Amino acid sequence: MEVSFNLNGEKVKCKINPTISLLELLREEMGLTGTKPGCNEGECGACTVLIDGISVNACLYPAINIHGKELVTIEGLVTAEGKLDEVQQAMVKHGAVQCGFCTSGMVMNIKAMQRNLEHAHHVPGENIRVQPDRKNIMKWLEGNLCRCTGYVKIIDAAEEVLNKNKI
Amino acid sequence: MAKKNLKIIGTPVPKHDAKIRVTGEAVYGHDIKLPGMLYGAILRTEHPHATFTIDVSAAKKLPGVICVITADDVDTNNISYKRDHPILKKEEVNCIRDEIAAVAAETKEIAEKALKLIKVKYKIKKGIYEPLDALKSGAPLINKFSSGKFEHKNIAEKFYYEHGNIEEQRKKSMVVVKRTFTLPRMTHACLGTSNITAHYNKTTGKLLLYSSTQVPFLYQRDMAHALKMNPSDIRIIQPVIGGGFGSKLDMYPFEPICALLSIKTGRPVQILYSRHEEFLASPTRQPMTIEIEAGADKDGNFTFRDVNVIKDNGAYTSWGATTPFVIMQAFSSLYTLPACRFSATAIYTNNVFAGSFRGYGNPQATFALERVIDLLADKLGMDKAQIRIKNANRPGETTGQGLFFETCGHQDCLQTVIKKAGKKRKSENNRYRRGMGYASMIHVGGGAKIYRSDGCGTTIKIDPYGYCTIISGSNEIGQGSETVLAMIAAEELGISLDKIKVINTDTDIKPWDVGVHASRTSFVAGNSLLGAIRILKEKLNLKAGELLQEKSTSFNYEDGFIKTKSKQIALDKVVREMHFTLPNELAIASYFYEPSSQFQDKGFKGNVSGTYAFASQAIEVEVDTYTGNVRVLTVHVAQDVGKVLNPLLLDGQIHGGVLQGVGYALTEELIFKEGYLLNPNFHNYKLLTAADTPDIHFYPVETHDKQGPYGAKGVGEAPLIPTAAAIANAVCDALQIEMLELPITPERVLVALKNKNNK
Ligand code: FES
Ligand code: FES
Repeated sequence: MEVSFNLNGEKVKCKINPTISLLELLREEMGLTGTKPGCNEGECGACTVLIDGISVNACLYPAINIHGKELVTIEGLVTAEGKLDEVQQAMVKHGAVQCGFCTSGMVMNIKAMQRNLEHAHHVPGENIRVQPDRKNIMKWLEGNLCRCTGYVKIIDAAEEVLNKNKI
Repeated sequence: MAKKNLKIIGTPVPKHDAKIRVTGEAVYGHDIKLPGMLYGAILRTEHPHATFTIDVSAAKKLPGVICVITADDVDTNNISYKRDHPILKKEEVNCIRDEIAAVAAETKEIAEKALKLIKVKYKIKKGIYEPLDALKSGAPLINKFSSGKFEHKNIAEKFYYEHGNIEEQRKKSMVVVKRTFTLPRMTHACLGTSNITAHYNKTTGKLLLYSSTQVPFLYQRDMAHALKMNPSDIRIIQPVIGGGFGSKLDMYPFEPICALLSIKTGRPVQILYSRHEEFLASPTRQPMTIEIEAGADKDGNFTFRDVNVIKDNGAYTSWGATTPFVIMQAFSSLYTLPACRFSATAIYTNNVFAGSFRGYGNPQATFALERVIDLLADKLGMDKAQIRIKNANRPGETTGQGLFFETCGHQDCLQTVIKKAGKKRKSENNRYRRGMGYASMIHVGGGAKIYRSDGCGTTIKIDPYGYCTIISGSNEIGQGSETVLAMIAAEELGISLDKIKVINTDTDIKPWDVGVHASRTSFVAGNSLLGAIRILKEKLNLKAGELLQEKSTSFNYEDGFIKTKSKQIALDKVVREMHFTLPNELAIASYFYEPSSQFQDKGFKGNVSGTYAFASQAIEVEVDTYTGNVRVLTVHVAQDVGKVLNPLLLDGQIHGGVLQGVGYALTEELIFKEGYLLNPNFHNYKLLTAADTPDIHFYPVETHDKQGPYGAKGVGEAPLIPTAAAIANAVCDALQIEMLELPITPERVLVALKNKNNK
């Protein structure tokens, strides 16, 4: 089967085995290993990517469904000049990264929350704009497990980024 | 001597390698793909105890399968420190983890399919799942490699310790409390599952392993023993590790199995655990029952502790069996104590074995001890904070076990958390009850001399461009030790952090080190690096003096320059002159640091660590008496860290440790029934999430231990050790109930409430 989709801002086409997950497509077929396999059963969030701006567990997502969609992975956040995205910068600054295995998923899910803040009104089915206070951030990140950090610094990083443009 | 006016040490420097970890560029074992690599998979038993016959012929015929091995195909030695663990099991299985065959295939899918084609016929046998049942007369021998050196063949390990006169102290006691506590199997649940990639080269006979071990040099030796190879023919490269917490302190069967598959096929082979396999087959925290009797005199001075620990050793022995080294320290030396008697027995069963886990038995011991302290206070009618302050350890104390506290922040830690936590807030209504609990801990803070050396080697060099490379024996497992090393070099040599590289992942290159354990890395590797820097500076000073025509050898290293009051010369220039003019010398130095600690004697007495860390926590909880649900509201942590080297990384260790402690207290337990594991997934094994994170307030206590680098002590394990104890005390305080086991699940709370009301 052939699928074509937008990957990190570029149009791509590839032939895939229809039974594989998006996580397998990324890691095994495309060599994009930044998205991490923590459980392969939808429980840990390490494999979080953005599909049309919404965070999704790539391990549960059938690769064929990506056809025609817009996919952003952790590899898509750094600019061509090598500048980190503001969420990544905040994670570094706050010391929110220890072993780092959960980090890609965390960053992508915080991106999703940021996007929700910016676009919630325009996206059908996603029109609840979540206030970026600490409680809501904690709730939002509930699906991303981290064994090292106790989450505190991750929440701090998210809080800083999400409240930056608050008026 | 390390520098006094510090510019970098003590500042919040982000992790050295955070950037590659936050962009997904870091290469973990899961990301390695070598040319021609095969995928390995392991067939494990379906039953905890059975005899079996196995037929692999169909699997071998499957296209894409390159190799299938069973016990009959390999010639290996047993593993584990007791050498009681066969890598592949033959004819009989003894626990639900047991490996009985392995395959290597072109793809993961083929490997999985091949496992399904292996035909195994089991004859199920009745197993033993309660340690004490294994000591009954007529109990069968569980591990046939048991050393047999104890009074019963099913005893794997024993410890006995005592100091002071128990009977005398018992007489002095106004109150005595006796309880038995039961501690569960908690698992590390590292986000990155266990993995290994092995590459054996048939022509050279050398084996290359990409392994996430945290003790590469011990591992190299263990692997060589298992495979009957020469250790130095095995090279270990450590890719980035997705979490450790003690789980990678031992070598487990899947690792030599992967090596064997590579040796048989001559191709690289990778084994990657699924999450299910990770829950099933990686080691756990040591489960145990602790029977403790303790006393206090009329003024609240602690008098004695008499402790007996029974540990479920599982079918084979791993480091869990040696946790009494640490457990006895808590009982003998946390709070001043005139007399202590301690015994521990590890008994073989048909359960899974336990390994090492952050805290190494100390969270278990501290839970039992701190619960009993509350009960003693209750009996005496004394304040729970006061009784602790009264008995807290002091600087200059040598404990009954021979631990010497040159510095000791125990009093400070206690006073701080008690003051900061204040009084518990009033329960809002009858349904929700608030409680406050205190607990302290002691842990080694300067390594632990249990292996022949507790040392660490370092080589440091400066290149002609003024960049510095630190080649350290120590490892980074996510805790941030690399960053601390880079900070030390930056501080001492005046080189900016972005010009410092740390090389520490290759046994062919780096000098010897015991490995990451016992919260030792910053302490031991830091001191080792300081030693190397001292030697290097002697060389640099000589050349700088010559170039600056300066007699004095007291130079300042700042901003890339070597300076006196009036003159300066660029560091890179000095290095170039060293390299390229007579007598042509390298700007390089090596040092091996061995802590001043001692080996313990046969009775486990002796000053085993370079220094000791202390910590106290005060935790407030709210319990819903309708549902039994416990919510941790605030955690106050004070910890004697000697000196804060990097507040950002330190906070991370504290928060992460505390949350693991909350999990241990409230939700985490691997549930086994008759040897079968019932909850091998994140759905049923509850890790806490961001939504469960309590308010954590941290107060570092600096005691400036002269043994430590800049006065620092080890910090990594301490934050988790007293947490469960303090939570249990808080829950009991809220409800006036007894809590004799962990985790404190809603069901257990409701049962305890019911028992109380029925009294
Ligand atoms: S790997 Fe997808 S949720 Fe865990
Ligand atoms: S940093 Fe290790 S799991 Fe989050």
